[in-house]
Formats: sequence, C-alpha cells, structure tokens
Amino acid sequence: MKRLSASLSEPAVRRVVVSSLTLSGAVGVFALSFGVASVSAGASVMQTCALSLFVFTGASQFSAMSVVGAGGSMAAAFGGAALLAARNFVYGLALSSSAKSMANSLPRRLFASHFVIDETTALALAQESPRLRKIAFWTTGIGLFSFWNIGTLIGALAGNTIDPQKFGLDIAFPAAFIVMLLPHLRTKLGRQAAILGAALCLVSISFTPIGIPILIAATAVLVGLRK
Amino acid sequence: MIVVLAASAYLFKMFGLIVLGSRQLPKVFDRCLGLIPAALLAALVAKDTFSIGQSLVIDARVAGFAVAVIAAWRRAPLIVVVVLAAGATALVRAI
Repeated sequence: MKRLSASLSEPAVRRVVVSSLTLSGAVGVFALSFGVASVSAGASVMQTCALSLFVFTGASQFSAMSVVGAGGSMAAAFGGAALLAARNFVYGLALSSSAKSMANSLPRRLFASHFVIDETTALALAQESPRLRKIAFWTTGIGLFSFWNIGTLIGALAGNTIDPQKFGLDIAFPAAFIVMLLPHLRTKLGRQAAILGAALCLVSISFTPIGIPILIAATAVLVGLRK
Repeated sequence: MIVVLAASAYLFKMFGLIVLGSRQLPKVFDRCLGLIPAALLAALVAKDTFSIGQSLVIDARVAGFAVAVIAAWRRAPLIVVVVLAAGATALVRAI
C-alpha cells in the first residue's frame, strides 16, 4: 500500500486508480438498486447483505433474487445464478497468466479469487504491464467490494420503506440486465444466443415451473458449437 | 441457498484462476461458456418484462423496457437506465 501511494505520482498509475475508483463508485450506486430490489423480492436485510459479501457476482445475485421474488424454488434460483457465475471461470482463465504477478503466494491467490469478476478482469486485462495489471486488479477488487457492500446495505435498509410497484421498481432488474447484456450483442454468436435464449424462455414460461425457463434458455449457448 | 451459491461462485472464480490456469481447454468449450451471459441475461429480461409467475403478461413494464433499451443503446450509465425505466413504468401505471 505504501508503494502504491508513492507511485500515485506517476500518471499511468494515477489513471488506473482513478478509473478503478470511478467504476467502483458507479457500481456502488448499482448496489443500492440491488439492495432495494432484493428486499422488495422478499429477502431480509441480512440475506441481502450476505449475498453481496459472499457471492459477490452482481448478475448472479440479481438473477437469484429475481427468480425467488417471482415465487420460484431455491433450486431453480440457484441453477440460473450458478450458470451466470460460471463466466467468472473464464475470467479466471483469462487472468491466470498474470496470476503469479498479481498475488505471489497461494493464500493470496485464493484471496484474489473472490475478486475475479467482470470489472476487475476488464480493467486488469486493459493494462499493458504486469505491474499496472496488478494495481488495476487490486484497486478495482477492493474498491468495488467496499462500494458494492455499502451500497447493498443502504439499499436494503431503504427498500423496506418503499412500495416497489408504485415506483416502477419491478422493471429495475430487467433494465439492469439490458445494460449488462448490451456488450454481449456485439458478436453474431452473442446475438443469436440472446435471441434464442429469450425465445426459449418465453415459450417455456407457461408450462414449466418458475425458474426453469431460465435454465432451458441456457441451452441457447449451444449455438457456439457450430462454426 | 445463499451458502451454496456463495461456495459455487467462489469455486468458479478459483478454478479458473488457479487450478486450470496453465491448461488448455477446447476452443468450443470456451466459446459456449462465453455465450452464457448473452443467453441468460436475454432470458431474464424477457421473463421479468413479459411474465408474472407462469403467465405471459403485457403491462406498464413494457414502457419501462422500451425506455431502458433506448437509454442503454445511447450508452447512458446503468443507474440512469434503471431510474428512467422505473420512472416510465411508474408513470404509465399511474395513468
């Protein structure tokens, strides 16, 4: 940490830290809406905070609460959320070549693993040198973790006093999902998987138990087999 | 559910970063795994906008959905998209 503050005078380091913290702040505001939405879906403040502390994967948390809120079973909620968490496995693979320089012992790498998510991966991989990559990973990881959990707590506490329907908060989940989805539509395969996924889900909603359509939609990834 | 989800979310992160780090996986596997967010997020949007429980429904949420798509398309920040969509839904519902 001392070395980090000393190197803050370097423009390149400053740029990385500023973008990490800006992103963390923005995600903190997002966490507010998770807190509100999760409590409105029926979770307690403690359960909501536990999700943010221990699962720490935004899309999975949102998806789990969206299924539970709609009255789906725990197993169905878990299935969709776990599938969404599976992409962190790919991020881990992408980061693994720099893992040794980011965390120089196994316990540290085990600790670092908790922070392998969309934002840390994106910012770390955007840096050119291993040193900047390490700084980007840790400032984003720790900053985002702090903001994410503080935001969740505030949102969960505030959520109890709000009628979600009146303020249109039932659209908060899908609106957030649309933003998260957009970058995945850049490739043709991504668009095909999205359209097929949405179609499979809508078609199966009326005759399968709540939560299951999301799992059926997951088979849309098989469009990746062709080519 | 929270404990199991937390454990599996952690294992996914850890396996990628540490265990399989140096090994090569088939390209097809990578490609399908990479498509999971696209398929699932689109399905979640469809479900949360057009259904309640097990029935397909068209209501005020469609207005919020449309506003969210436009706002996201124009690269508005996430919180702005959520607030605009919620506002549009609340407005249509109030009318």
